[in-house]
Amino acid sequence: MKAGVYMDHAVEMLNITKEFPGIKANDQVNLQLKKGEIHALLGENGAGKTTLMSILFGIYKADEGEIKVNGETVTIRNPNDANKLGIGMVHQHFKLVDRFTVLENIILGYEDTKNRVLVYEDAREKVKKLSEQYNLKVDPDAMVSDISVGHQQRVEILKMLYRDAEILILDEPTASLTPQEIDELMDILKKLAKEGKSILFISHKLKEIREIANRCTILRRGAYIDTVDVSKTTNEKLAEMMVGRKVDFSLPKEKAKPKDTVLSVKDFTVHDPVSKKEVVSNISFETKRGEILVIAGIEGNGQSELVYGITGLYGHSSGSLALNDEDITNEDIRSRSLKGISHIPEDRQKHGLVLEFPLEYNLILQSYHQEPFQRRGFLQFDVIRDHAERLIDRFDIRSGSGALSIARSMSGGNQQKAILGREIDRESDLLIAVQPTRGLDVGAIEFIHRELVNHRDNDKSVLIISYDLDEVFNLADRILVMYEGEKVGEFDPKEVSREELGLYMSGSKRSDSA
Amino acid sequence: MNWILNFIAKKPNSINVISSIVAIIMGLIFGLILMFIVNPGNALLGFWTILSGPFASTRDMGFMIFYSTPIILTGLSVAFAFRTGLFNIGATGQLTVGAFFGLYVGVHWTFLGPFHWLVAILAAAVGGGIWGGITGALKAYRNVNEVVSSIMLNYVSMYMVNLLILNTIYGGRSEALRPASTARLPVLFLDNIFPRSPINIGIFIALIVAAILHIILNYTTFGYELKSVGLSRDAAKYAGIKEKRSIVMSFLIAGAIAGIAGGVMYLVGDRTFRINEQLLEQGFTGIAIALLGLSSPIGVVFAGIFYGSILRGGDAAQRIFREEIIDIIIAVIIYFSALSLFTKQVISGYVRKKTKKDVDFAQKEGDVG
Repeated sequence: MKAGVYMDHAVEMLNITKEFPGIKANDQVNLQLKKGEIHALLGENGAGKTTLMSILFGIYKADEGEIKVNGETVTIRNPNDANKLGIGMVHQHFKLVDRFTVLENIILGYEDTKNRVLVYEDAREKVKKLSEQYNLKVDPDAMVSDISVGHQQRVEILKMLYRDAEILILDEPTASLTPQEIDELMDILKKLAKEGKSILFISHKLKEIREIANRCTILRRGAYIDTVDVSKTTNEKLAEMMVGRKVDFSLPKEKAKPKDTVLSVKDFTVHDPVSKKEVVSNISFETKRGEILVIAGIEGNGQSELVYGITGLYGHSSGSLALNDEDITNEDIRSRSLKGISHIPEDRQKHGLVLEFPLEYNLILQSYHQEPFQRRGFLQFDVIRDHAERLIDRFDIRSGSGALSIARSMSGGNQQKAILGREIDRESDLLIAVQPTRGLDVGAIEFIHRELVNHRDNDKSVLIISYDLDEVFNLADRILVMYEGEKVGEFDPKEVSREELGLYMSGSKRSDSA
Repeated sequence: MNWILNFIAKKPNSINVISSIVAIIMGLIFGLILMFIVNPGNALLGFWTILSGPFASTRDMGFMIFYSTPIILTGLSVAFAFRTGLFNIGATGQLTVGAFFGLYVGVHWTFLGPFHWLVAILAAAVGGGIWGGITGALKAYRNVNEVVSSIMLNYVSMYMVNLLILNTIYGGRSEALRPASTARLPVLFLDNIFPRSPINIGIFIALIVAAILHIILNYTTFGYELKSVGLSRDAAKYAGIKEKRSIVMSFLIAGAIAGIAGGVMYLVGDRTFRINEQLLEQGFTGIAIALLGLSSPIGVVFAGIFYGSILRGGDAAQRIFREEIIDIIIAVIIYFSALSLFTKQVISGYVRKKTKKDVDFAQKEGDVG
């Protein structure tokens, strides 16, 4: 073996195999990360990307295969081993202590002490220096609970740099960022690569991969498909390798034929139950049968709270709500749901699922109290199982043990499909979907978008909250923009440009009619 | 060894029973070690006496069942709360309040005739339920952690009941009056089977409660709601479940069961409620029993009977060891046995490794730890 050939590889993972109960998460996967490159790891949800990275970071142990770091075979038993080898990882869900400051979080586990007392000065200097060097704009004394998601992510990156990591793993780093934050992150990553860091970037967003990655390794259902040079391939080709079939990026959608009003919102104001702040101010709009209304805006401008107000999760609201001309302002959550509101919630793990319940129980979360799922207060297990199997089949929900899989063990995309299936299957007049495709891959997005359009075509009303402009323009028959809790504009998607919409979303423009 | 591993791999559910048995064996081994340390010469004899004592005669078996009954009930109380996502460390307080309610009715409401004991038991359930409900309401509406509030309420209940007894049913010499004979739990035919033992129908009450809980938790929409709230309050609320009311209901039921335990303990002829300044141990033993029974109502019944057998065995072993030593040995056995969750983890890890099979030991809802 010629050592020199391998020396320019920071990491090599060879023939990695890892099995979980019911699922082969990685099957003979190969990954080679060159020094100083940004390498994307592309695959659908559940393709085994996170598993592979967790093996590299020492969270899981591979059943088979070999890992080399800087040309030497290594055993990585735990994240401490990984840190020692200069490997750092930012997880999809950040690992920060909310009640600690940024600095305290960064040094956690690597504290300097003098006479057994913590000293911060050297650490603060190093953090400041790194922050400036890579333009991370991190405030070491801010409380983590007070800073934005984008800022938290930069703290995570700084945490790796503080530990002198040379190999940086980022697991779906853009999933929860706004478009501006994504741009900033891209700049930071480019800068890091230029300074010689090797970066592994897990994503399923082709646009981002094209923007920053040099090479890309594709996984599909645990299997290694290929490693390609990003500049020498097309998005269509990448998507095809990822999903295993041709992907249609254009969503076939007939012109909407809006009919009578389903939901009518008048002068609706919502207060946050904890801070008592007004988060939605005086909003009025209507949704129609046979139409998809998308509320666009940057995350955190009152969209989530508006939905909590409409579905009844927040009790503190004023103004009025009517569903099919019937006033529902004072109805509780259950009765609104029964009168015809389905809700695909923003946080699928917090609201959408009882994670410890099996899939079949989760699929009746909204209807367990109705016949035929129960009779005289007793659950009807045969009916519940049939229902689950029907939805699994119709919505292609994949999991280790079918109807009996514990929801927690399922991948994000399949969790979302389960919620989508449950809510669509109820055939409610109004379907509210908040960020229905957040964190999902193109295959799943395509599928979910189609189902939402189908629901519209079945003469139902669909209300979508999205922070993703691609999604807004793909789905909307009508667009409404929210800024700081207010409605600042209403548009026909054919008559407004992305740039124009962006101005409304950022608050630099508003129409008087709104 | 291998056939056991393969058996577990084939039937993942069997691991619950197996891990409890392994935990019990561990507890017994530690008990034996302790006996060797204290009195090596008589250790084996003493050990054998503890194991065989409860089965020496039908009278001993009667005692065993009598001892088990309140512990099964407090174990059920704790287990039910566990399964609905709550930790009921206040079973002893609920038991104390229940005992007072039961005794009060048992002493004073003599006009009830043949229904006297039944009403007294129900009163005990009401008392325990109210006491549990307070903890539940504090958690649901004021977000007070149930562990903190129920520990404090344990002491409140103790002093309050002492005071109430002094004022309403005091019998002198630091003891409450004994319940009227109509208020004592019937013995039915049980004294024919288990002669000269204090056994009564309390064991049937415990078994009925266990059966009802088993049905509620596993087969009803009510149980589905309680478990959803316990596992994810947010998701339950999203689904339109009144999550606050569910939390209160869970604690009310758990409290009522502990209250029944108090009724069963004191609505008898030969045990009196003593005014003292100690929390009743049965509430805490219930926690160990719930853990040993892996929070399943059926498991708790067996775990409770195991406890009763060790206790009766301890009676017999007092001929060999001092009473205090016996108490320590029993405590060691019981609390080591409660490690069944731990043994379950160890065993499932071992099975996965050895059989290299995809065994899905789905964690049961409400498992703690």
